[in-house]
Amino acid sequence: MQVERKFQCSEPVSKDKYNQVAVTIILSRQDRRPTTEFGKIYLHNIYFLPDNLDFNQTAFNFASITKAKTTFMKTIGKAGNRGQEVRSDCYVETELKLSGGILLDINSKVKALFGKSIEKLTLNILRTFAIENARIIIEDAGALDFVIAARIEAAVKKVMDIDRDYLLPVIDDNLSVSKKDDFRFSRLYLPGNSPKLMINAGVHSPNGIILDLEDSVSPERKFEARFLVRNALRNLSFYGAERMVRINQIPKGLDDLEFVVPHHVNLILIPKCEKADDVHVVNNKIDSIKKKHNVDYPVWLMPIIESALGIINAYQIASAADNVAALAIGLEDYTADIGTRRTNKGNESFFARSMVVNAARAAGIQPIDSVFSDVSDMEALAKSVKASKALGFDGMGCIHPRQIKVIRENFAPAEAEIEKAKKIVLAFKDAEAKGLGVVSLESKMIDPPVVKRAEKTIQMAMDMGKLDTDWMELED
Amino acid sequence: MKKYDKLIKNAVGRVVPTIINGEGHIPFQGVGKYKPAGRKYGPKIASCADYPVDGNKTVESLKEALIKAGLKDGMTISTHHHFRNGDLIANQVFDIAHELSIKGLRWYPSASFPCQEHLIPYLEDGTINRIEGSMNGPLGRFASEGKMKGLGVLRSHGGRYQAVQDGEVQIDIAVIAAPTADPFGNANGVYGDAACGLLGFALADSQYADKVVVVTDHLVPFPAIPWQIHGNYVDYVVKVDKVGIPEKIISGTTKIAKSPDRLLIAELTARFCEKTGLIYDGFSYQAGAGGTALSIGNYFGDILRKNGWKARFIRAGSNKYAVEMLEEGLVDYILDGQTFDLDGVRSMRENPNHVNTSPFTSYNYHGKGNFASMIDVVVLGATEVDVNFNANVVTHSDGYLLHGIGGWQNCLFAKTTILPIPLFRDRIPVIRDEVTTLCGPGELIDVIVTERGIAINPLRQDLMEKTKNSGLPIKTIKELKEEAEAICGVPEKPKLSDEIIAVIKWVDGTVIDSVRKVE
Repeated sequence: MQVERKFQCSEPVSKDKYNQVAVTIILSRQDRRPTTEFGKIYLHNIYFLPDNLDFNQTAFNFASITKAKTTFMKTIGKAGNRGQEVRSDCYVETELKLSGGILLDINSKVKALFGKSIEKLTLNILRTFAIENARIIIEDAGALDFVIAARIEAAVKKVMDIDRDYLLPVIDDNLSVSKKDDFRFSRLYLPGNSPKLMINAGVHSPNGIILDLEDSVSPERKFEARFLVRNALRNLSFYGAERMVRINQIPKGLDDLEFVVPHHVNLILIPKCEKADDVHVVNNKIDSIKKKHNVDYPVWLMPIIESALGIINAYQIASAADNVAALAIGLEDYTADIGTRRTNKGNESFFARSMVVNAARAAGIQPIDSVFSDVSDMEALAKSVKASKALGFDGMGCIHPRQIKVIRENFAPAEAEIEKAKKIVLAFKDAEAKGLGVVSLESKMIDPPVVKRAEKTIQMAMDMGKLDTDWMELED
Repeated sequence: MKKYDKLIKNAVGRVVPTIINGEGHIPFQGVGKYKPAGRKYGPKIASCADYPVDGNKTVESLKEALIKAGLKDGMTISTHHHFRNGDLIANQVFDIAHELSIKGLRWYPSASFPCQEHLIPYLEDGTINRIEGSMNGPLGRFASEGKMKGLGVLRSHGGRYQAVQDGEVQIDIAVIAAPTADPFGNANGVYGDAACGLLGFALADSQYADKVVVVTDHLVPFPAIPWQIHGNYVDYVVKVDKVGIPEKIISGTTKIAKSPDRLLIAELTARFCEKTGLIYDGFSYQAGAGGTALSIGNYFGDILRKNGWKARFIRAGSNKYAVEMLEEGLVDYILDGQTFDLDGVRSMRENPNHVNTSPFTSYNYHGKGNFASMIDVVVLGATEVDVNFNANVVTHSDGYLLHGIGGWQNCLFAKTTILPIPLFRDRIPVIRDEVTTLCGPGELIDVIVTERGIAINPLRQDLMEKTKNSGLPIKTIKELKEEAEAICGVPEKPKLSDEIIAVIKWVDGTVIDSVRKVE
C-alpha cells in the first residue's frame, strides 16, 4: 500500500546550522513492525533535503505506515578522540547516505592484527541499527571492542533517533553483586570518557572504581560518555572492584540512569546531594528502570554532600532509603559554598566532616571522606588518611592509582589495633563460655560497643589478609 | 649478488639463509652448541715509520681523512652510537661518500637512531648497500618494506664485538666521534661539550679496523686522559665544530616511570625478587634505561636499604638513580657500558668505582667468559614473548623492524632473566603462540612479570617452589596469554612476505632468525 502524507515543519530549518538536513520518519511504538523490518523501514525513510526545498510542501511516500513524526538532524555524527597523544581510544564519524551501501574507512594502528575484527564489529553494529547506506570513518589508536562499539553507537545516535542499543555481552566478572557493608576504603575516580584510564584500573585493586559522568566529562562529551560507561560496566573487568558510577547532578543525572542501572552497576554516586528528596527521586527512577529491565540485583547509593545545605540535611540524606550504603563529602565544592578555600589543615571543613561522620553513623552506613588532590605527595596523603580515620571515616576517594595502596594501608587496622582487638574478642569469648555477663580484660571492664568494634577490626584484618582466618584456633 | 641464498631450518625451527650478501653463515645450533675453531682476525701490522713522529695525526677535514683512508666502493664503514640521537658524524660520513660518488658501502653502526633517517636517500641511491647493525625507527621501517639493497644483519652489542674479533666483519674505516681527543688519537667520553661518558662501543672498531679516524670538537694537547680509545690504533684525527647535540646525547628517555601501570609492574618485579631471595647482601643486577627498569632499580634500592644490604655491582646503562645508589653506599661498583645522563658522566669522571666497560668485557661470547653471565638478576624488555618463553625484541607484532637488539641477547645469560612487560600494548597482546622474530631462546628467559600476573619458566622449578604461598599472582604463561586475548581479542596473523629483508644473529655469530618483508 502506498501512502502519501504531508508533514508540517514544527520548527524552521536553518541552512546555516545544518549543511545537510535529514528528515527521519520514526514509527510510533504501537505501529512498530517486527524488529528487523522496522529497521529497514526506518532507514528507508531518511530523506535528504535538496537545497531549494520548501519543506512545508514536501511529501513522502512510504509503505504501510500510518503514524510518524519528523525530526531534524545532522547527517554526520562524530564521537571519540583522535590525535597523536590518543591511545586505547578511537574517533568515529558516521555519515548517513541515501545510497551506495556501506563504505568503511578504517585506519587503525593495530590494523595488521585486528583490522578484520574491527570491520566485523562495525558491520554488526550498523546491521543492528539497520543502516544500509553510510560512510563510516574510524581512526583507531588501539581501542578495545567496548570502546569502538561505544564510539560507533554514539556517532550513529547523533544522527539517528532510534531506541535500540548495541549491547556487548556482560562478562562473568561483572555479574558480581556488592553488599551494603562491603569495604569502601578506596574508590578510584575515572573520567567517564577516557577509556585508556579504565582498562587497567582494576589491577590496582581499589575497593571501588567510579566511572564519572559528572565533573570530569565536558558538557559536549556527556552524550558519548554514557555509551562508554555503559559498555565498560558490561564488558570491562573491574577485577573485583565495586562498579560505581557518578551520575550528573539531579535532575540531569536521572537520564544517566538508563545507561547504568540495567548494566550491572553496583553503586551510584549522587553528586551535590542536598536533601532526602534527591535520593527519593533517584530511587524512583532506579525502581522504574529495574522493573522495566527485570533487574534483581541491588543498586546501592552513595550521596555526596557538597554544600552547606547538604551538610545541614546530612542525616535525612543518610537515612533517606535502605539502599543508601554510604555518605560521602566533596570538599572542593563544599568549601566554595561556605565562602572559603580548602586547606591542608582542614579547619574549615572540620564541622562538615564531623557532621557527615555522625549522620552516617547514626543511619548505620559508612562515612566516606573527600579526595586528596596532590597525587605526587604520598607522605601528605598518608597523614591525611590517618586524620580521616581518626575523625571516624571509613574510606576516602582517590584520583590516581598510586593513592590506593596508601589509603588502604592507613585505613587498615594497625598491628597494635589487631592485637588489642584479638585480646578483647578472646576475653569476650571466655566470658561467654563461663556464662559471665561482664567482660573484663586486665582488670578493666569492656563495654559491648568496644567488643563490637574489636570484632569489626578482626573481620577487617582477616579480609585484608593481615590476620589468618583461623587465628582463634592458633591462639588456642 | 643475491641478497641471500640457501635457506635452512635452524635448531629453533626458523628458516634462515646460510648465504648472506654473498658470504657463508652458520645457522643457529642451540645455546652454547657452536664453538668456532681457528684464530681471531688479525688487523694489518702498522709501522711507526708511516706515522708522524711528533704524534700529530690531525688532518683538515673528515673528507680528507676519508680520502686518505682510501674510501672506495664496497667498503665497510663503522660508527658508534654513544651520541644516540644527537650524533652528527655518521650522516656526514655518508654525505661525503655520496659527494665522492662512492657506492655499495656497508654501514656497520653499533646502533642507529632516528637522526640517521637522513641516510635513507643514500640507501635508495646505492651509496649504502646495507646496514649491519640495529635498525631503529625510520631505518627499520625502510628495511621492513624491502627497500634496502643488501640484506640487513642485526647483532647484539656482544655479537658485534664477536663478529669483528672473529673476522666475520672486517671494518675498512672506523669513524670514532669523540667528545675529547688529542692529536695522537687518544680519546675519551668524559670531557667536552658532547661528553657521553665512555666510548666502549667503538673499542672493537679501534682495535680491528684497517683505518681509524677520530673526530672531535674538543681537541686537547697530548695526552687526553683518560685514553678510553688508544691513539696507537688511530690513523687520522679531525677537529670539527661540533660532533653531537648534547641535549640529544643525554636523552630524556631515562626518567622513572610515572604511569601507575608501569610502576605496578616494577613493584611486582621487585617483590618477586625479594620473595624468591634473588636479592641478597652482595647481589648484582642490570636494568635498562626505560622508565619501568629505572623504577625497579629504585625498588631494589629500597629493599637493600630496608635490610641494611649492599649490592656488589650494577651493570649499566648508568643514570642519576644508579649514581645515587653508588654515592649512598648501596652498591660497591657500577660497571658501565653507556651513560644516559650528566650524573652518569660526572660520576664516571670522578668516581673510580664507576668503571667504564666495553662489549668485550661485558658481552663478547667468544671470550674467556664475560660479565653478563655473572649477574644475579637482569631486567629486560621485549616486544613479544611466546608460550615457550622465546622472546622478540626487534620487530613489532605487525612485522615491522623497529628496535635494535642492544645488549639484550647477551644479558640473557644472567643467572635470572626477568622480562617485566605489559600484558598488552595498544590492544596487542604481548604473549603470543609464536613470536614474530625469535631473538632469545626461551630456555634463557626465566620470568615474565605483567600487571596481571607473573609467569615462571617451568625450567625454573626453584623459583616456582619459592613463590608457593608467597601471595604473588603466579600464573602460567598460557593463562596470561588467554587473559590478554579475553580482553583484546585473538589477533590475526600479520601478512608477511616470504622475502627476507634481514637476519638476526645469535651471540655466537650463528643465524637465529630471519625478518620478513612487510606486505
